[in-house]
Amino acid sequence: MKGSDSLIEQSQNIDLLRFATAGSVDDGKSTLIGRLLYDSKSIFEDQLHLIKTFSKAHRNQEIDYSLVTDGLKSEREQGITIDVAYRFYSTPKRRFIIADTPGHEQYTRNMATGASNASLALILIDARNGVVTQTKRHSFISSLLGIRNFVVAVNKMDLVDYSEEVFENIVSEFNAFADKLSDESIYFIPISALKGDNVIERSENMPWYKGSTLLDYLENVNVTGGRNLTDFRFPVQYVNWGGGDDFRGYCGTIASGIIHKGDEVRVLPSGKTSRISRIVTYDGDLDHAFAPMAVTLCLEDDIDISRGDMIAKVDDLPVIAGSLEANIVWMDSEPMQMGKDYVIKHTTSTVKGSFSEVLHEFDPEDISMRSSEFLSLNEIGKVKVELKAPIFADIYSENRISGSFIVIDPHTNQTAAAGMITKYKQVSPDKACKAVKPRVIRYPGDKKEEAQANYDRLSMQGTHCIYVDDELLQENVCKGIPVDSAQYSDTIEGLCEIVTRSGVSVVLCSDHVNS
Amino acid sequence: MAIAEESYRLSNLKTLEAESIGIIREVAAEFENPVMLYSVGKDSSVMAHLAIKAFYPKKVPFPLLHIDTGYKFPEMYEFRDQYTKKHDLDLKVHRNEDAIKRGINPLTVGTVKCCAELKTKALLDGLKEGGYDAAFGGARRDEEKSRAKERIFSFRDKHGQWNPKDQKPELWNLFNSKIDPGESIRVFPLSNWTELDIWTYIYHENIEIVPLYFAKKRPVIEKHGQLIPVYTDEHEEDVKEVMCRFRTLGCHYCTGAVRSEADTLPKIIEEMMVARHSERITRVIDHDQDSSMEQKKKEGYF
Repeated sequence: MKGSDSLIEQSQNIDLLRFATAGSVDDGKSTLIGRLLYDSKSIFEDQLHLIKTFSKAHRNQEIDYSLVTDGLKSEREQGITIDVAYRFYSTPKRRFIIADTPGHEQYTRNMATGASNASLALILIDARNGVVTQTKRHSFISSLLGIRNFVVAVNKMDLVDYSEEVFENIVSEFNAFADKLSDESIYFIPISALKGDNVIERSENMPWYKGSTLLDYLENVNVTGGRNLTDFRFPVQYVNWGGGDDFRGYCGTIASGIIHKGDEVRVLPSGKTSRISRIVTYDGDLDHAFAPMAVTLCLEDDIDISRGDMIAKVDDLPVIAGSLEANIVWMDSEPMQMGKDYVIKHTTSTVKGSFSEVLHEFDPEDISMRSSEFLSLNEIGKVKVELKAPIFADIYSENRISGSFIVIDPHTNQTAAAGMITKYKQVSPDKACKAVKPRVIRYPGDKKEEAQANYDRLSMQGTHCIYVDDELLQENVCKGIPVDSAQYSDTIEGLCEIVTRSGVSVVLCSDHVNS
Repeated sequence: MAIAEESYRLSNLKTLEAESIGIIREVAAEFENPVMLYSVGKDSSVMAHLAIKAFYPKKVPFPLLHIDTGYKFPEMYEFRDQYTKKHDLDLKVHRNEDAIKRGINPLTVGTVKCCAELKTKALLDGLKEGGYDAAFGGARRDEEKSRAKERIFSFRDKHGQWNPKDQKPELWNLFNSKIDPGESIRVFPLSNWTELDIWTYIYHENIEIVPLYFAKKRPVIEKHGQLIPVYTDEHEEDVKEVMCRFRTLGCHYCTGAVRSEADTLPKIIEEMMVARHSERITRVIDHDQDSSMEQKKKEGYF
């Protein structure tokens, strides 16, 4: 039995990729997913037998792959296939969870449900039809939700004589549209789900294609984005105490970043600081933990903390936001009412908020903007939100967890919208200054871009700060001082001292500082 | 500043574990009176284990509810009582006493009616009686087609019914916990686990499960190709000793054993793979056709 022991060991170490399918109703999604499941042997024996019998009797073929997933025909008649279905398959290299999303426009909200936890979008295009509206709509939503890895599978190549020209035209067409999205990595694969070309096995019909097969790509793609390992955010979910001893721990899932035992942290909204005394898990205390682990943190000091508070590192805080701008996907048949009090759930806190303005509505066809009074079912737009109590937020593109929220209609309890924060305002500069200790954030001289980006981010958050680099210094305070001298570095330190004392932080980009 | 992504990667099982613990804690925080449905089966064992992990070093802050038909295997009752005691879990048991008194069983009223009385009705009454506003269930999305569409937070109206045509959107890990008085939700923390994940996790975490899952020689009667275990000392003609085990656990009337030699977890896992992937599928990915078990495992059963 040693053999299977080591196999079980191996299965423990493979990672998990969640991807969402997207595309129009007839692009061949079912056939493709069916083939992936079949070829990875993820289909139960009894189902398979039925499928084969049915295929022979009604389809005059060995196996109709679309039946693998469309055993739901009867459900479709009852109207349940409007919803996203989760399917599972695994190979020796990876475990996959597929959110198989509905292709129909009216079920956009369910497509968004499926795509919200995906780190890759598999977009199907029918080679005969090219890029259609639904392709664009789904790609746009995937992009809005922060998916940065797109695989565009141009399907049914067998019906266009495996033509390289047809494929290349679709690539150009999709790229022209994708230029208006964020910065996605897009990989194009010409396939025939029906015949199996480039799905699992390399196609002999398309020798002109030199790239990966679909399964190869899915198994090996290095999916980044979606997980922020830089900014530690820990929304307190549950306070674990009582029962007659003095244990007091804060349970939660690390939303982003990494935490070590001994790290200095600040708790929002109180602004109090402490250090991590323990990272508790059932399997023993850890010396560090990272997103998305679910842990229990203990602090050195006894601070009053409750659910909805946020623990972050002292020198890297989210914003205490009182109002927001956000991209919104409206999901309720009741249209948005301006000024009405909705319930906003963000991380582990629930606050009241209202919509004060629709800045614009998006047309998914070409990502153009038009003005709009309010949003209705499946419409997407950018809005202003006023909060009755602050939340501890980041920008969605930087942090999926602390940058997202849902909107609940208090009268019907419906989940009315999903929101992605693009901008925020501090509650008030006074409060913000109390929460953020002025400090010097140092970057090496060659990291100018990074430093400026961080400065922009801090400014947008309402943090008082200035930006300084060698070029600016040599034009002003250090004019004529040789850069390698002690005087040069002393001048910089002196400047930082004066500025931080007056409550302003410094983003410093220089190699010539006292080490 | 650049962080090596690789050193901060969670394995598949650890990812699923973290997600489930997050869901369990969220319900404990958001609901007045949650309860965990506990069927004594392997999925329940995993779910209870995750709850213990979620609140360690404290006690699990909600009770476990076993809906008992009165016809479970003796080993299950024994396991239930010692497991919950060992882990300091607050066990509640609910039975449809009236139906049990009336002697309802599948032989007299048929399985459909029996289940409706002893399971469904007992469950709804049990939830009502306890005033529970949220109930954890161990269902997984890979179990059957309609499950594939179930949300993690699944709403039930005042009559405990699910309306699959009108499910609320559920994005990221933000769960809508708003319900009106009388309504409740079912929560499925194991939604994204597959059967293989469950078994592998049991193996890795050394989770105790009812011994009936493991093969051993048991006295059985063979009926309609099913092996029905015999628990009485009464001398029956057709009783024979067979090496067998149970793939699922239920009531002893309706749960048959299968012939099996699998008396360890790795053997059970292996057997499950064989059962699932018939010997007739000989299509091999990137390999020659070879349907030996050894070859199949290489192809990606794990």
